[in-house]
Amino acid sequence: MPIERTTERTAERTTARTRRSKALAAAATTLVGALLITSCSTASSGANGASASDGKTHLTVSLFGTFGYEEAGLFDEYQKQNPDVTIQYESTQGESTYWPALQTKLASGNGAADVQGIEVGRIADVVANQGDEWTDLKGTAAGEQVANYPTWKSAAATTEDGKVLAVGTDIGPMALCYRSDLLGQAGLPTDPAQLAAKMGSWDDYLALGREFKGKAAAGTAWTDSAGGLYNAIISTQEEIYYDASGKLVWNSNPAVKKAFDTSATAATEGLTAKLDQFNDPAWDKGFGGGAFATIACPSWMVGYIKGKAGDAGSGKWNITSLPGGAGGNWGGSYLGIPKSSKNTEAAAKLVKWLTDPEQQAKVFEVGGNFPSNTKAFDLVSGATDEYFQGAPIGKIFSDAAQSAPTQVLGPKDAVVKTSLVQSLLSVETNGVSPADAWQAASKDLANQIG
Amino acid sequence: MSTPSTTAPPAPAGPRATPAPHLSLRSRLFRLEGVSAPYAYVAPFFLLFLAFGLFPLVYTMWISFHRYELGSQPEWTGLDNYTWLFSNPKFYNALLKTITIGVLSTVPQLLLAIGLAHLLNYRMRARNLFRVSMIMPYATSVAASTLVFAQIFGRDGGLANWLLSLVGLGGLDWRNGDLSAQIAIAVIVTWRWTGYNALIYLAGMQSISADLYEAAALDGANRWQQFLHVTLPGLRPTILFTVVVSTIGATQLFGEPLLFGGVNGGALNQYQTLGLFMYQQGWVFGSLGRAATVAWVTFLLIVVLVLVNTGLARWRDRDTEGARR
Repeated sequence: MPIERTTERTAERTTARTRRSKALAAAATTLVGALLITSCSTASSGANGASASDGKTHLTVSLFGTFGYEEAGLFDEYQKQNPDVTIQYESTQGESTYWPALQTKLASGNGAADVQGIEVGRIADVVANQGDEWTDLKGTAAGEQVANYPTWKSAAATTEDGKVLAVGTDIGPMALCYRSDLLGQAGLPTDPAQLAAKMGSWDDYLALGREFKGKAAAGTAWTDSAGGLYNAIISTQEEIYYDASGKLVWNSNPAVKKAFDTSATAATEGLTAKLDQFNDPAWDKGFGGGAFATIACPSWMVGYIKGKAGDAGSGKWNITSLPGGAGGNWGGSYLGIPKSSKNTEAAAKLVKWLTDPEQQAKVFEVGGNFPSNTKAFDLVSGATDEYFQGAPIGKIFSDAAQSAPTQVLGPKDAVVKTSLVQSLLSVETNGVSPADAWQAASKDLANQIG
Repeated sequence: MSTPSTTAPPAPAGPRATPAPHLSLRSRLFRLEGVSAPYAYVAPFFLLFLAFGLFPLVYTMWISFHRYELGSQPEWTGLDNYTWLFSNPKFYNALLKTITIGVLSTVPQLLLAIGLAHLLNYRMRARNLFRVSMIMPYATSVAASTLVFAQIFGRDGGLANWLLSLVGLGGLDWRNGDLSAQIAIAVIVTWRWTGYNALIYLAGMQSISADLYEAAALDGANRWQQFLHVTLPGLRPTILFTVVVSTIGATQLFGEPLLFGGVNGGALNQYQTLGLFMYQQGWVFGSLGRAATVAWVTFLLIVVLVLVNTGLARWRDRDTEGARR
């Protein structure tokens, strides 16, 4: 009996030992693997590793979200036209992850791609603070595009001493998207022209909303959110949070207060569906479910609506110009070339080609990103959209783009906007009075950027 | 009951027993290996800890003394960030929300876990199936579970509101209420972590000797009394461990509130935890110095909370021991 026990124990001990050594081996393999992976990734992210032994120029392109180049097959087309160039493309889904990561690469002078996308909300920061991290495109092929842009688009990417740090890919001219079935049920005009005729101003828009509210089915609001309405109204202004001299004026700018008050009125009168844009999953569902009848839509949102409302929404949505026929702008991106790029010339040629009218028109067809190149306006102005009852979206957005103001952008625009939109949300969802909400935003912003 | 040493003398005793003066190179190496091997084996952890634990900690502190905006050079400002933080109502709001959501999720989570573990400790059919399924929520990604719960707690047509309507209560706007949003988040956290804690409790329960239960049963204790007087005291170290781990987890709560409603944590910051607040400062507003300050204050808070936890446990131990005497 004791002998049996001993053998049993020895056996146990040996298996324990082999198990331990297996575990050790596994740990070592993991460690080595991890080291390999990191070294690989540093090797590949040292993307500016110029032309290789095959004599070809390797260009790296790093973007965020959907620029539409890959989707429209433009990279393949460029490589076919230029056999000596190969393009390596990558895209990060969220801009809020993309940008901080790019900042660390720029700061270390290592790892940035030859061509990088820049969101319009960042361009003021780039122009104000990062003049020495980006290539001046003025003397390069890409710089030729600047003359083809609406002045406000290129002005935003030009430094005080005249350096052009980026060129535009698209812009976000604004229109009003609406559910004609819901408007029809409430006895409002469903025809785009007739509807536009009834909306001479944002106040008219609210009045129409009150009329809608009286007759509409329960669970359907006039518009999605006070924050979205605010964004639309403010996008038609020249000076918003900063004045032309670069001073922060959001608190004294009557246009900001007016837009805030108009949106807060819509909220307190129950004209909004109280859906936090891009944050509330119910907002997405609302496009198909009829939670709201109208929404201010930049051109890129046309694709968003199609995606969220799906096939069932086809033929229900329509589109017309903003109240008063105003032209606004919301969003739109840029392409820049980091200083660290070793292929500046080749990269600039690619940027020039990508921002040519023909290419921008192709991108518009695929994803709805509206061209920033005015020469492309003609190419897309005839476009219609079956999903939106055959609406002339090309003409609507071209008109909006041409009448959009030259917006003064500032480095803290996003902070101010976030705070004001958040305050408006508190008005509609938590019953905070508009005056208190404005006060809260003031206090918050004084704390944050004051 | 004999130990193996009665049949086989311990192996290391042999070489060590030989007199010291004339050692062969081989045995010297052998001794060196014996002395150094433990250090070599633990070295990878400590090297990695230095690189990924201590260095970031110290560097974060250094950054917190700077005005450091994304994309610009750090600029020394001393304690400015700390005065900014401690005079900022949003910080206190985030602190409060972290604590309330922490209590709302940790307490039910641990109570449920201990109850479940007790049930799983009984002999029953398909016991292993139940035990394994406990860990499933933990294995699910935060993103997936939060998105599902965001639907459940939807204002229009959410499952939670439908259930409430069955008992005649009106539809709640879960996301935008204060307490309701916190409860919704606490439910997500509880759902994810209850099984994890239950398995830890189960392991703890199985280390309690069956003799104790037998003795208690002989004394006429029913199952509830056994749980109270045998299981709970035996589990005390395990409970302390789970309380500490859950407290740390609750203090760092980030993914669930972020996915539930964005980085602001609601229109009135109803569910902006310290984690969200830090992320907002760093990656939305680009103020890395301020974010680093929040990170450091959170770290200190965790240290204090852990000390309080263990201190309380020790105090209670002494108390009960005193009572026994």
